[in-house]
Amino acid sequence: MKYTLSVLVENHPGVLSKVSGLFSRRAFNIDSLAVGITEDPGISRMTIVADGDEYVIEQLEKQLNKVIPVIKVRTYAQGDFISRELSLIKVSCPANKRLDIMKIAELMEAKIVDVSVNTMTLQFADTLERFETLTDLLKPYGIREIVRTGTVAIEKDSASRK
Amino acid sequence: MISGAEIMVKCLQKENVSIVFGYPGAVICPFFDYLYQTDIKAVLVRQEQNAAHSASGYARALSKVGVCVATSGPGALNMITGIATAYMDSIPLVCITGQVKSDVLGRDVFQEADITGACESFVKHSYLVKDTADLPRVFKEAFHIASTGRPGPVLIDVPVDVQQAEIEEFVYPEKVNIIGYKPSVKGHPMQIKRAVEMIAEAKRPVICAGGGVLTSGAKPKLREFVEKTGIPVLSTMMGIGVMPSDDPLYVGMLGSHGLKAANLTIHNSDLVILCGARVGDRAVASPDQVVEHANVIHIDIDPAEIGKNMKTSIPIVGDIKNVLGHLIKETDYKAPAEWVDKITKWKEEFAPKPQFFDGFVDPKSFISKLSEMLRPKAVMVADVGQNQIWCANNYRIRDGRFLTSGGMGTMGYSVPAAVGAKLARPNRDVVAVCGDGSFQMCLNELATIAQENLNVKIIVMRNTVLGMVHELQDIHYGSRYSITELDTIPDFVKLARSYGIDSAFASSNEEAEKYTKEMLKSDKPFVLVCNVHPNTSSK
Repeated sequence: MKYTLSVLVENHPGVLSKVSGLFSRRAFNIDSLAVGITEDPGISRMTIVADGDEYVIEQLEKQLNKVIPVIKVRTYAQGDFISRELSLIKVSCPANKRLDIMKIAELMEAKIVDVSVNTMTLQFADTLERFETLTDLLKPYGIREIVRTGTVAIEKDSASRK
Repeated sequence: MISGAEIMVKCLQKENVSIVFGYPGAVICPFFDYLYQTDIKAVLVRQEQNAAHSASGYARALSKVGVCVATSGPGALNMITGIATAYMDSIPLVCITGQVKSDVLGRDVFQEADITGACESFVKHSYLVKDTADLPRVFKEAFHIASTGRPGPVLIDVPVDVQQAEIEEFVYPEKVNIIGYKPSVKGHPMQIKRAVEMIAEAKRPVICAGGGVLTSGAKPKLREFVEKTGIPVLSTMMGIGVMPSDDPLYVGMLGSHGLKAANLTIHNSDLVILCGARVGDRAVASPDQVVEHANVIHIDIDPAEIGKNMKTSIPIVGDIKNVLGHLIKETDYKAPAEWVDKITKWKEEFAPKPQFFDGFVDPKSFISKLSEMLRPKAVMVADVGQNQIWCANNYRIRDGRFLTSGGMGTMGYSVPAAVGAKLARPNRDVVAVCGDGSFQMCLNELATIAQENLNVKIIVMRNTVLGMVHELQDIHYGSRYSITELDTIPDFVKLARSYGIDSAFASSNEEAEKYTKEMLKSDKPFVLVCNVHPNTSSK
């Protein structure tokens, strides 16, 4: 099962390597890791999507808590958070297909951020499910490159006040 | 103005460090140069790994942070095994390494190694100091982190230019403020209440005590708890010494190399109270089997250890000393006599048996005899291999310490750790027991012992093989002794004497005891070589 963890860390150099080193040495499988500064410039938030059972996630939480610059670890409960991922998708696009792809982009609410003679690049920020729908739709045209940020997540206000 | 090197030394003084173990090198020179001008003693080891082991022996014998220092590159890298050994056994160390100049970091210059990166997975925390002004805070934090919560080694890597640069003044912080580091020590009252209820229901309870009991200084509390409740006690290898060996309620060390009586006890119990024990694979090979018939109360200061290797009925996160204090107050439980009687019978039935061979010392009965000859507070340091098992199962500990590399199983630990222990406890008997294999991994420290004129007694079990693996080859590999025979063994007696250390060779238990008596009378170091038959088994 997939779990989404939110990890607040001190914004120091070297913290990322301490956290990422943990995954390999404790043999945790992670799908994605996204890092960015929070509203407090001294603190960064890592959003980690990890795969495993309850035992693995509990261990992951506990081991993360042992890393000195880690301030707080939360595993979000299903339905209690909003998650998004930003992706850039470069798709093959000869002139006669442009309209098709523009329609898909419009349908899926993706933004066209670059166009060339043979390609079109889409910017898409949504859930993983919607990302998969979009890529399924684009596959027939030939996807040349995909760049993804990894999931970021925020807790719903209703959940954080529980 | 004050230099980084001077600040580093001043920080050590602020932390009441009186001794460091180290080895010099170009980029740690500013530090050692300033240290030389103070009354902090610097002990020159003969290889950096031993600096960490000596600091570990010192730390354990004195319940204080041990400090080791090495230079960059190979010096720091040599120290890694010692750091990892301390990490596995939760020993508080501050390890200081010199580093190349910060403006050439990452350019693969002479003697450059990414030591903070290399040590990431076996330090409690590490620092690469880029600014001289950060040094006081870093040292304050390092000592705090190393010694609190679950202790462990902290590495401070200091580029030479950071040691040389000067700042206006030295101010040592009064307090540390690390927002993500607040170990919980108290133990949740609700959980303690549940534990008391669970203990009350138990018919066949047992305490399994690990190194955490000693680290926490909870030995008196544990003994009080045992006295009150009459619950029998097993120990892990790291926990040896929590109870006196001759206490009727102490069963012995459990695990794959432990006593049969101890293993029978845990496997027949209906309640296991784990105290500062992490249920390592050597201690409990099949924790799943145990939890089938027993409830588990796990007391540990490190929440990550609870439930990691064994399913827990009641987790209690906290300092064992505090938690046991509450349990003593709140319980009026008394363990059933028939359970204790059963264990006593197992203890008698399955006691370790000596193996006598003509012309050889039986190490098991000799170690048992040795325990009586040492003073009660003696520090016994066992190395790794068969010698470790002989000591663990036959040393009759009273109120002293039993030190060994339990988690990592690092050969060559005993002699340097004994050096540290002796410097920490000059008035106690300090004995290192090693095999001829492990001795050859650390005999360079004879020079340190001679130079410091340390009254350390070394007992070498010379069985001409790497006994532990040799035995494994007998059991699992059709007695094919692939590289386990030590065909060329130096004359250890002559070798010791060449360092100016007296030595003797014993070929029987009578001789071994005679020499032991003599060596314990003298205040000089001594190497006693015991001829041991290669077929002497671990158990």
